[in-house]
Formats: sequence, C-alpha cells, structure tokens
Amino acid sequence: MMISVRDLHKSFGSVEVLKGINAEVKEKEVVCVIGPSGSGKSTFLRCLNLLEEVTSGDVLIEGTNLTDPKVNINEVRSRVGMVFQHFNLFPHRTVMENITLGPIKVKGLSKDEAKKVALPLLDKVGLSDKADVYPESLSGGQKQRVAIARSLAMEPRIMLFDEPTSALDPELVGDVLAVMKDLAKEGMTMVVVTHEMGFAREVGDRVLFMDEGIIMEEDIPENLFGNPQNPRTQEFLSKVL
Amino acid sequence: MDFITQSHYYRVMPMLLEGLVWTLLITGIGLIFGFILGAIFGFARLSKSKIIYGIATVYVEVVRGTPILAQILFIYFGLSDLLGVNIDKITASIIAIAINAGAYIAEIVRGAVYSIDKGQEEAGRSIGLTRNQTMRYIIWPQAFRRMIPPLGNQFVISLKDTSLFSVIAVGELLYMGQQYYGATFAAFEALTMVCIMYLVITVPTAVYLRRVERRLDV
Repeated sequence: MMISVRDLHKSFGSVEVLKGINAEVKEKEVVCVIGPSGSGKSTFLRCLNLLEEVTSGDVLIEGTNLTDPKVNINEVRSRVGMVFQHFNLFPHRTVMENITLGPIKVKGLSKDEAKKVALPLLDKVGLSDKADVYPESLSGGQKQRVAIARSLAMEPRIMLFDEPTSALDPELVGDVLAVMKDLAKEGMTMVVVTHEMGFAREVGDRVLFMDEGIIMEEDIPENLFGNPQNPRTQEFLSKVL
Repeated sequence: MDFITQSHYYRVMPMLLEGLVWTLLITGIGLIFGFILGAIFGFARLSKSKIIYGIATVYVEVVRGTPILAQILFIYFGLSDLLGVNIDKITASIIAIAINAGAYIAEIVRGAVYSIDKGQEEAGRSIGLTRNQTMRYIIWPQAFRRMIPPLGNQFVISLKDTSLFSVIAVGELLYMGQQYYGATFAAFEALTMVCIMYLVITVPTAVYLRRVERRLDV
C-alpha cells in the first residue's frame, strides 16, 4: 500500500474537521477526492504529508507511520510531492531555481546535476523557454505547471494535488489537467482534491466523496458518478454536474 | 570671499564635520548591533516557546515604553554606578542605539517574516526542506526585502536620536554646534548649520527609500 489512513481525526481547537477517515491508495492508483467546501477534503490531503498535525489516528506512507514522533518527516516529504491551489512558487527565485532548490538542498545534488533533472521536467510541462524568468511573469496555468515540475524534481513516489486548478482562469485549466493526465498515464500514484468532475471521471481510478469530515462514499468513477448510493452524494452531484 | 570665510556659518563647519563623523559612527555601529539584536529578538517574538516569546516581549515593550534619553542616562550613569566601572561615552552611546533600535528592529523583523504568505513555508517544507532551510532560503530572503524600507526609516530615527547624547557630552553633531555657540553666541548660525547637516543625510536617505519602496511595491 502506498498510503494507508486509519481512523484519522483532526480538530482545529474545538472544531473537529476530520471525524475518522479510513482510506488506502495503491501504487499507481489515481484517487480523486470530491465534496462540498468545508467537507475536510483539503485538510485530509494536508494530513498525508503532515502539513497539518494529526489529532489522532495513523497515516502510513509506504509503511512509514507519520504519527510516530521519531519519523524523519523531511525525508518522507521529499518522497511525497504536493501541488497547491495557489501554486506557492518562490517569487524571489527563477523558474529554474524554483525547481532545483529541492534537489540541491535536500538531495545534495550539484547545480549542474540539478539542472539536468530540471530541464526534461520543464520540457514535460511545456515551459522549456521559461527557465530563467521569475514567476511573476507567468500566467496562472504556467505557474501551476512549474509547481508540478518543482515537485517532480524530487522524484516523488506519490503526488498530492490540492485543488490545483481552482485558482485558474477557465481557459488555463486544460493545460494543467493535461500535465496531470500524462503523469497518471506514466503510473504516478496520485491523490487529487478537485472540483473538476470531468477529470475525476476520466482519469481517476477511484473517487472518494467527502462530506462533514468523513468519506461518505467511494467507488470507481462510473459507479460514483453514474449511480451514487448515498443521498448526500446524489445531492452534491446534482448540484455540480 | 572674506565675508564668507569670516561668517559663523563657515567657521562652525570644521567642528560640525567632526561631530557628523561621530554621529554617523555611533549610528552605524549602533545599528549593526541593533540589527543583530533585532533579528534575534524578532525571531524570538515568533517563537512558539512561551518563555522565549515572553523574554523578547518584555525587552521590546520596556525599550519602546521608555524614552531614549532615560535609556542613555541609565546606561551611562546608572549602569556604571551599579557595576562600579566607567563606561566610555561613545561606548554607552553605541549601546544605547543598539538596544533602542534593536527593539524597533525586532518588530520590523517579526512583521516582515510574519507577512510572508504561509504557503511559502508549506511549499518549502513539502519538498523536504527543514524548518531552518525553509527560513534561510525561502522566507528570509523575501522578508529581508520587505524590511529595507522600515530599516532605512529606523536609520533616520536613530541618527536623529544620537543628538540626545549631547546630554552626556558626546561630541556628536548637535553637541558640537552647542559648543560653538557657547563660545561665540552665534546660536542662530550654528544651529542652522547643524540642522542642514542632519538634512544632508536624512533627505537623500528618505528619497532613496521612497524609490526602493516603489520598486518593491509591484
């Protein structure tokens, strides 16, 4: 199992956001997480690399239990890529420097070695000509593709996507989704929190529907979208589709 | 020509230039230490440890809540009394600027680091950087840029504050002016030139800072 989550609870102060999540993600699987805002899906995703501290329960990444205080979280995070809604590129560094920072500082590669890693990735996301510009001159879609390349430069085993297209103008969404689709085809293990039902349906191997801090329903896309069982799923899908 | 070289405006200048050198020296060295103090206490103010946060807060509040004139007298007379040693005037002045500016710079550092979007830290941590690496390579360079305008402002404030050290007879700019009119009674001329000397430093600094600010404000 790449990811196993057992009875995950997460509270912010007195508000319980996750109320017992159980989930597993197999190698090369693409799992999409959908649900209304406030359902806890982003929090769930952020618990998978401990950007949010877990209140109780277990999160295992390739067998490593993140809730074990002895775990080297930096090492685990270097194996788990994360793409954010708002890109979070480093504005004071060029595109190339954004991508090579991790390989240089975490993996100890030389600048030249890191560039050799970065160049094919930039090519893959279609931005070879942007290596030396600063993020501010890029469009939202380009920024997000750089962010994906930055994560991939660490050669992660798993990629987490937190609403990667939600902050993009509609006409820019396609390029980002195309990159993600390629990644899925190459066999990357992915967990994608998304509002793009089309993407979930087409690319997802499995879809989780979350609401009120729990996974209400999970199934392969055809079933979940075509014949949802839970009334909350039905209600949600009737609103978004 | 004679009427210029004979005037007080001209004759006061050698003394004022000497005073200006001391003013700049005290300000410069004081602010270097002030920046170190400010960085340390600024980070302490961001600490999750209640004790560290508490100590830093007490420092900042005590310094910001008392006048710098009281602080210099406290250091020069109070501390030398307590410790039974004679602190040199210039040293006392540098310490006073360092401690005083350090408290304000701590707030500048804290504010600048705090103002960097949380997502930057998350992005750094998520590629596997440690807390320290994230601070050093991602947060600090961005925060430092935002600190330049307020630090420049602090430079102007501290520069003017050194004039208060005339009370302990430090030979800075204002004190030298006072010495001159004490001997010649040419107070108007001497103080006019003193003010011009301050402005020669502060106005270009302010203009430069406004330009930097506009450049950062994209």
